[in-house]
Order: sequence, then C-alpha cells, then structure tokens
Amino acid sequence: MWSSIALLAATKPIRITAMPDILHFEFMRNAFLAAILSSVACGIIGAYVVVRRLGFISGGIAHTAFGGIGLSYYLGLNPLAGIIPFSLAAAIGIGLLSRKAKIAEDTAIGAFWAAGMSVGVILIGLTPGYAPNLFSYLFGNILTVPNSDLQLILLLDLLIIAVVWLFDKEFVAISFDEEYARISGLKTLALDLLMLCLIALTVVIMVRIVGIVMVIALLTIPAAIARSFSQSLYRMMATGTLLAGLFSIAGLWLSWIFNLASGATIILVAALVFLVNALLRAGKSRQTAC
Amino acid sequence: MKEPLIVCDKLCVELGGAKVLDGLSLSVHEGDFLAVLGPNGGGKTTLLKVVLGLVKPSSGSVTVFGKEPGRASGRIGYVPQRLYFDRAFPISAMEVVLMGRLSRKRLLQRYGREDRQKALEALETTGLASLAGRRIGALSGGELQRVLIARALAGEPELLLLDEPTASVDPEMKTTIYDLLDQLKKSHTIVLVTHDTGTIGRHVSRIACLNCTLDMHEPGSTLGRSALDSLYGYPVDVVEHRAPRSHETHPDHRHA
Repeated sequence: MWSSIALLAATKPIRITAMPDILHFEFMRNAFLAAILSSVACGIIGAYVVVRRLGFISGGIAHTAFGGIGLSYYLGLNPLAGIIPFSLAAAIGIGLLSRKAKIAEDTAIGAFWAAGMSVGVILIGLTPGYAPNLFSYLFGNILTVPNSDLQLILLLDLLIIAVVWLFDKEFVAISFDEEYARISGLKTLALDLLMLCLIALTVVIMVRIVGIVMVIALLTIPAAIARSFSQSLYRMMATGTLLAGLFSIAGLWLSWIFNLASGATIILVAALVFLVNALLRAGKSRQTAC
Repeated sequence: MKEPLIVCDKLCVELGGAKVLDGLSLSVHEGDFLAVLGPNGGGKTTLLKVVLGLVKPSSGSVTVFGKEPGRASGRIGYVPQRLYFDRAFPISAMEVVLMGRLSRKRLLQRYGREDRQKALEALETTGLASLAGRRIGALSGGELQRVLIARALAGEPELLLLDEPTASVDPEMKTTIYDLLDQLKKSHTIVLVTHDTGTIGRHVSRIACLNCTLDMHEPGSTLGRSALDSLYGYPVDVVEHRAPRSHETHPDHRHA
C-alpha cells in the first residue's frame, strides 16, 4: 500500500500555494466540491449518530460495505454498485438482529463487520489481476472523484435532507426517548431502520472522501464538537455541516501543500480540533467547579 | 354505569421467567385518583407498562378505554419514573413537551401552532413557562420531573399514569407536585405509582397495594400498620386514607 502513496506523491511535487491556485486543476475543483457536498450528509446524519451513540454501528455498516467493493471488482462493475446494496443490507441486518433477535448489538455489529471484510478480501483474491484502487476505498481518495460521483453525492444529499425534514419529529422522538415514542404510537423499529439506512447512504458518500476505515471519524467528530455549541438538533446539524466542510477543505489544502494522503489529513485536522475543544471544555468545567 | 377506563381481569405477567403480576383484577373508573403502593419489584411499573401496551400479559386480560392496550395512546398521558437521556442532548424543554403531541399527529405531519399552544399551556400549568427555551440538560431534577408531567399534559389526555413522580425530588418540590396533582385530579383520571405512604392518603380517592397480588382499599378505610408491614415485609408509615383536608396530619414515623 505504501507504493500507492509514493505513486501519489510522485505525481504531485511539493509546492506552497494559495487556495485559488490549486483550484486551477479540475481534479482539485472536484475534490473541493466533493468535500463540501459530503459535509452536508456528514453534518446532518452525524448529529443522529452522536446523540444516539450509533458510532460503532456506523463503523460496522462501513466495513461491511467492503464486501460490496469486492463484489463489484469481481463482477467488473462500478464499486458504488456494490457499496450501496451492501451498506443498506448491513444497516437493516444489524438493526433487525440486535433489535428483534435478542442478539447483543455489538455482537451483531462485529459479525457483520468481519464477514463483510472477509467477503471483500475473498472476492478480490478471486479476481484476476491487480486491484489498483483498493487502497483508495479503504483510506479514501478525494482527488479522484469523477463528475458522475459528484452528481451521485448531490443526489444522496438531497435524499437525506428530504427524509430528515419529513421525519423530523419522529427522529427527534426516537432519539430522545424511544419508549415514549413507542407509546405515542410510532413504529419505532421501522423509524430506527430508516435512520440506519440514512447512515448507510452517508457511508456510501464518505467512502469516496475518507475511505471505509475512517468514516466513523467524520461522522462523529464534527457533530460531537457541534453539540457543545448547539441548543437544538437542527443547529447541531448546521454547525456539524460547517465544521465537516472546514475540516475537509483544510485537510485537503494541507495534504496538497505537504504532499500527504488527503483522507488521513482531513481526519487528523478534525481530530486535532476535537482534542483542543475537549481540553478547553475540560479546563472550563474545572474552573466553574472551583 | 359508565365503562371503566382500565379493566384488568386475572392479569398475570412473567418477566424473564419470574411472575411479576399474579392474578391481578382491577378497574379504574373515570374521575378516580388511584395510588398504587408496594415494594420495589412488586410489579407497580410493570402494571403501568401493561396498561401502556409495552409489556404483554402472559394470561388474563386488560382493556384500556375498551380497547387493547396501546390502541388508545392519544387518550393517555404517561410520566415515566426516570428519563434515561443524555444531558448533553441538544433539545429545549419546549421541544420535549411538544413530544406529548406526537400521539395526536399523523406520521410526517409537522407540529403546528395549536401544538405549540398546548405545549406552552402545559408548561404554564406546571409552572415552567419561563424555562421553555432552556436546554433540558440545564434543568434541575424537580424541573425535569415537571417537564415530564407537562409533556404528558400537552397531549390533552383523559387518563394520567405517573410512575413515582416524587422519587427524586426534594420535599418542597414534592409538595408542589402533589398540589399540581390535586389540581389535575379535577379534570383527569389519575393512576399514581408511589412510595409516599405517609402523605398519599390525603390526596387520592383509592389505594391499591401491589406485591404481585393486589389488595384494594376504598375510601374510609385505614390501611393499618400490620397490613402495610405485611405488604412491604418491613415496618412502614401508616397510610391514613381519608378525604383531603386542609390542615397537616402527622402520622407517627417509624423507619425500616
């Protein structure tokens, strides 16, 4: 895998440059557009992931999707054709197993997580020849997002916004007090599965940007920081979107300047801000406690 | 005579193989203020959950408003014992109270002006109008408890089910909550699960003692110490069950 980093580095000599300059290249323009568009899904769905503590289940969905990547390689299809059904199946499968079959949620997640990865590894092994873009699906490669993917990301964004707007009061209710939602006559299982499917679609988007392995970070970090500033779930979503966008753009820019892997740089920027925010808040609560 | 709101007939509930309710028969009529007393694990909360349709009985029957439990959610207001929620959840008291309107809304229908109006009225009834915009995590235990009562009231229920609403509040707030219930009992049928054996007799119209099986006490009776001791299995306060009166009564205190 190091060879692909080296390959990436060789094509991009180090240069210190202003933002508008790097937008000169079409792949950079696409990368920035992808970063901004993906932040919308990330900020909105990330808010639910954080308040409902669905981080681990999101990780499970993302890793199961690797099986879909393997399948599309094997069949010679666009990887997204495999990722979308696999991540949706993982969302519904984990959701039903843990909520209906009385299997502990972390057990269900672990089983799907590893099984999905195994399917991917075996199918890729069965495919003759070298799998050149494998690395970019595991760790993301925002620099290779084609126009068609941008359109798909935009479409998924709009779908996510529409569903969240329509099911606003239901999603707030099951997030805050599921038992009360149930006795109020809501179909909580169906709503729960719908929310997990939205997470799956967000995973599909994020795989392009930061890759399967690092999806959880962008789903949780911006939303978690946003929560400490937000009075309502809506504001948390807006702030999270803004933060995710800032992290992605800053990370992308830094990765360009210092010639680093883009997905990992985005995550490190986010993690650094998260750490500073957490430390500042810890310091503040100690002050008020005294 | 009018059909009772809740009818339980030889109700048995098993949870995890253990019998929690055993052959319970009970009816709650319109205008009742029923207190359900009993030790922890005696099935008080389970009884409420059966009425709400959250727990299925293993035998016997229950009807609520003449229907199966869970089919009349718009007519019932429920105040849970404790809310297990994340204090960091970004939601205001008003938004939590609005959830009380859920059972009156269709799927995908948004909260409207009337819902906001009812939620605000419920906050005023519970004395929390000034805290409507306050984040839920910033409320005290007593304020939170009243938000939960306001949430139940916002749905304009006919029947209120309260699960130990005074369990985690200070004595002053306890009085506030009982004053509120005294006011609410004029227009609502109330079932109250509680451990406040010392004070409850002055407020309610009927008392049910629940320890897997049921012991009913109608107005005028005094629930003697021996009856309560055998219910709880250890000495507890005497419940003086008489009509509400203005001056304080002081039942002698003995603690387990």
